[in-house]
Amino acid sequence: MGTFTGSFKGFGVTFAHMFRKVITTDYPFSPPKPAPRYHGRHILNRHPDGLEKCIGCELCAWACPADAIYVEGGDNTDEQRFSPGERYASIYQINYARCIFCGLCIEACPTRSLTMSNEYELARDSRQDLIFTKKELLAPLLPGMEQPPHPMRLGETDKDYYIGALTNPGTSKGAERAPWSESGTHDAADQPGDRPETAGTSRRGDAHDQPKETVR
Amino acid sequence: MTDVAKKTDTVTLTIDGIEVTAEKGELVIRVAERMGIAIPRFCDHPLLAPAGACRQCLVEVEGQRKPVASCTQTVADGMIVRTQLTSEVADKAQHGIMEFLLANHPLDCPTCDKGGECPLQNQAMSNGRTESRFHEHKREYEKPIHISSQVLLDRERCILCQRCTRFSEEIAGDKFIDLMDRSSGEQINVYRDDFFGGTGFGDGQVGEGEGDVAFNSYFSGNTIQICPVGALTGEQYRFRARPFDLVSTPTACEHCASGCSMRADHRRGKVLRRLAGDDAAVNEEWNCDKGRWGFRYATANDRIMNPLIRDKRTGELREASWSEALVTAAEGLKAAKAAGGVGVLTGGRLTVEDAYAYAKFARVALGTNDIDFRARPLSAEEADFLASSVAGGISDVTYDDVENAPAAVIVGLEPEEESPILFLRLRKAANKRKLQVTAVAPYLSRGFTKIGAALVVTAPGEEAKILAEDAAVAAALGAPGALLIVGERLASSPGALSAVAALAARTGARLAWVPRRAGDRGAVDAGCLPNLLPGGRPVTDAAARAELAPAWGVEPGVLPGTPGRDTDGIIAAAAAGELGGLLVGGVDPGDLADPRLAEQALDNAGFVVSLEIRGSAVTRRADVVLPVAPAQEKSGTFMDWEGRLRSFPTVLPTTAMTDGRVLEAIAALLEVTLGTGDVMTIRRELGAMPPSTASRPAAPTVTAGALPTRGATEAVLATWHHLIDSGSLLDGDDVLKGTARPSLVRIGKDLAESLGVAEGDAVTVSTDRGGVTLPAAITDLPPQVVWLPTNSPGSSVRRSLGVTSGAVVRLSAGAAGPILAEPPGSGSAALQAENRTKGANS
Repeated sequence: MGTFTGSFKGFGVTFAHMFRKVITTDYPFSPPKPAPRYHGRHILNRHPDGLEKCIGCELCAWACPADAIYVEGGDNTDEQRFSPGERYASIYQINYARCIFCGLCIEACPTRSLTMSNEYELARDSRQDLIFTKKELLAPLLPGMEQPPHPMRLGETDKDYYIGALTNPGTSKGAERAPWSESGTHDAADQPGDRPETAGTSRRGDAHDQPKETVR
Repeated sequence: MTDVAKKTDTVTLTIDGIEVTAEKGELVIRVAERMGIAIPRFCDHPLLAPAGACRQCLVEVEGQRKPVASCTQTVADGMIVRTQLTSEVADKAQHGIMEFLLANHPLDCPTCDKGGECPLQNQAMSNGRTESRFHEHKREYEKPIHISSQVLLDRERCILCQRCTRFSEEIAGDKFIDLMDRSSGEQINVYRDDFFGGTGFGDGQVGEGEGDVAFNSYFSGNTIQICPVGALTGEQYRFRARPFDLVSTPTACEHCASGCSMRADHRRGKVLRRLAGDDAAVNEEWNCDKGRWGFRYATANDRIMNPLIRDKRTGELREASWSEALVTAAEGLKAAKAAGGVGVLTGGRLTVEDAYAYAKFARVALGTNDIDFRARPLSAEEADFLASSVAGGISDVTYDDVENAPAAVIVGLEPEEESPILFLRLRKAANKRKLQVTAVAPYLSRGFTKIGAALVVTAPGEEAKILAEDAAVAAALGAPGALLIVGERLASSPGALSAVAALAARTGARLAWVPRRAGDRGAVDAGCLPNLLPGGRPVTDAAARAELAPAWGVEPGVLPGTPGRDTDGIIAAAAAGELGGLLVGGVDPGDLADPRLAEQALDNAGFVVSLEIRGSAVTRRADVVLPVAPAQEKSGTFMDWEGRLRSFPTVLPTTAMTDGRVLEAIAALLEVTLGTGDVMTIRRELGAMPPSTASRPAAPTVTAGALPTRGATEAVLATWHHLIDSGSLLDGDDVLKGTARPSLVRIGKDLAESLGVAEGDAVTVSTDRGGVTLPAAITDLPPQVVWLPTNSPGSSVRRSLGVTSGAVVRLSAGAAGPILAEPPGSGSAALQAENRTKGANS
């Protein structure tokens, strides 16, 4: 008797769950959307004309408690301009094997160049691939943007780029969130990058998406 | 009433309630600093005169109506001072001044090189308001302007503290920058006219307009270092790194024999900048631009990373393993030793430890005294002079002695060009202690003018006669503590060094020999001379050899007892095929008295082993090339001209080996234990060596030669190096070379008249070998004397002319004399240009 009622009790729990909301996710086919301020991978934003916002000041590297960021500054010239002003980042690397996603770097950034996206799919099968360079980190070019180097299109001096940027956040619209962080499974790093990648490596997400491109 | 207050040398005052005794005349800010009370400041610098320009150091002094600047206020007895720590008035005043200073300071700290090590940044945090009440538009200037090819000025950031202008005027004597304009438009800038003799750049690069005089001071880098904001920055380090990223290592400068203490900052295996170190006894807090910026040679593209050996089949150099190269070198040297001996040329750039390794290797492994460090014109007289008056620490003159000397006679040395830190000390002594400098030189150069030197006009070759006979020189040296400062160039003037030794003995003046290269003085003491063993022991002295033999673990008979060949002798013997081989350290044949003969010697020597950092004329001719470490990748010791040891640690740990370690490896294959594998072993060995008891050889007594006779358009050549020239240690530093002094040929009025040339016209100086054409500068020179920079762009005297100081050269006006004119139709540049013009016209 006790066994009989016990079974009912047990199945009761099971059947009750059938009508409740499921807590499992159908990952990776429909990945969950994190909170809007979730600390995901970084983006290096652009000005509306495509120039980089990063000025290579290394403050993010200074703020980083995990020593995950490496920056080398460079001189902008009139012939080779990557950002408004005198200085740009000739090398920018974030090592996601070290990054703890604390967000101190984006707080340190004086030009709001470095922000964080909601992208969390950062597993790679080699340490080398976890070092993201400018190629991976820079926001994609939106319509109206032009691939640097090119001259300043929005003003005579770098001040024209910064004055007004605070009151008119639209100047960085579209750059704060990378399109791929919406779609979830698509990985920007699949685009041809400047890092050597071995042909044998495959990533989850690639497997059912498109054949892996071999770079260099 | 007869009691007069006793004059005391100390006063007692109170700072922040603490009673303190200070020397009379001391500044309040210094006394506070000694007590551990930090008063914020920008314009104040302990080595510069007080200015009171920035007003940041305001403190409250009891009895004074307003806060006073503690950097200009001297202490007084009974003074009661309250700093920002105890006085609200002082604190508020400092906050106010900081607000004023920041009113026009741009907020570009993220792009500024100074960010992270900026006194303004730091003190704005510690002694400033959190928010400014100024909302007006900030002052704007064109962002950075080049005031020289190396130095950039960002006037927006400047807080007008005048440290840079005061340094340039007080310390360096190069007043190229100054305050311009007035009121809110007041700014630091370069002069916009040619008042200071500048040629004017007019390319828009320098300053704002045409005709600006560039900030081409040899000491301009110091202004960047002492700038308390980021207004002055250097092109070379611009945007390269952040201070918190850099690893700093104290080091010593490898360029000249001044012995500057330095700091090398590196990140990710690359030295990014060097700063002057703080050593009150030597360089105070300064250094020269060559030491600060001349370090890129070590990362040049032609750096040799792997051993090279000459392939027997192809006759070309090919990369080889260390073991193969060492065996080849050892076997070759063994054969060469049997076939006539091996000459060792070490060059003047070695550390004491490496020089000692060469000296020991030559004696023990090669059994020869054919070793010489002198890679420049030299004489046997010089070797004797070094043995009698320099080696083993006889000349113990120090920078302090220079500062305190009543008089100094300088012969064969242009201090600003050849030993810039000695120049700064001479200038300090001349300005502050009334040092009387007498220059025995052909003309009063810019450096001599800046130290207020009295000129004893001397044509090259005449030095011996002047030193022996001139009354002014002897009188100057009569004062107790007077110094006779002698440069290495005197070696090319016969009898001059004998006269120097005799003069010093006669007047009791103290003698200082100032060579040009960092390793020269150390090489003398380490025994890299044909007549000297380590410690100044003469090779001919059997007792001295017997002293050394147990320390080296050899039988006394093994060490050769006859003086060997000097550099010229080795070169001549090798060129004639008498020597079996050469072992060459860092020597550039272009520096030797006759570069062409030197290259011939390298070609004719049976077997050449080269220990080099980078590819050179020697490595191209060598049979085995063994790469060695540049100064930044090894530890060691340089000996400056004083004889002071300047030890430095490794800045960048790499696998590159010191010369001593490579020589030890070769010696091991020759079955000799050299024991020079690491620096500490050598230091122990040198330290354990008994002091020399050998008697010192007598000073040379070479009779002076007479001045050669010259025709109407002939002249005696005077020459010395510019500080920033075409030397191989400055390769890759193009921005630094932009600040070099222009190459000029200096001629007297007599020659200008007989040639019919005016200032700036082209003059050709030639010998049978070749010629040098440069614009003329009419200078107050003795009759029929011409001056050329030894190794500057367009003027490689030894290579082009094949002669050195004291030789007779021919002069002609215009670009190329008849000797140099190319035969017609050979397609000279001028002809081609003419043809092009014709083509364009037709």
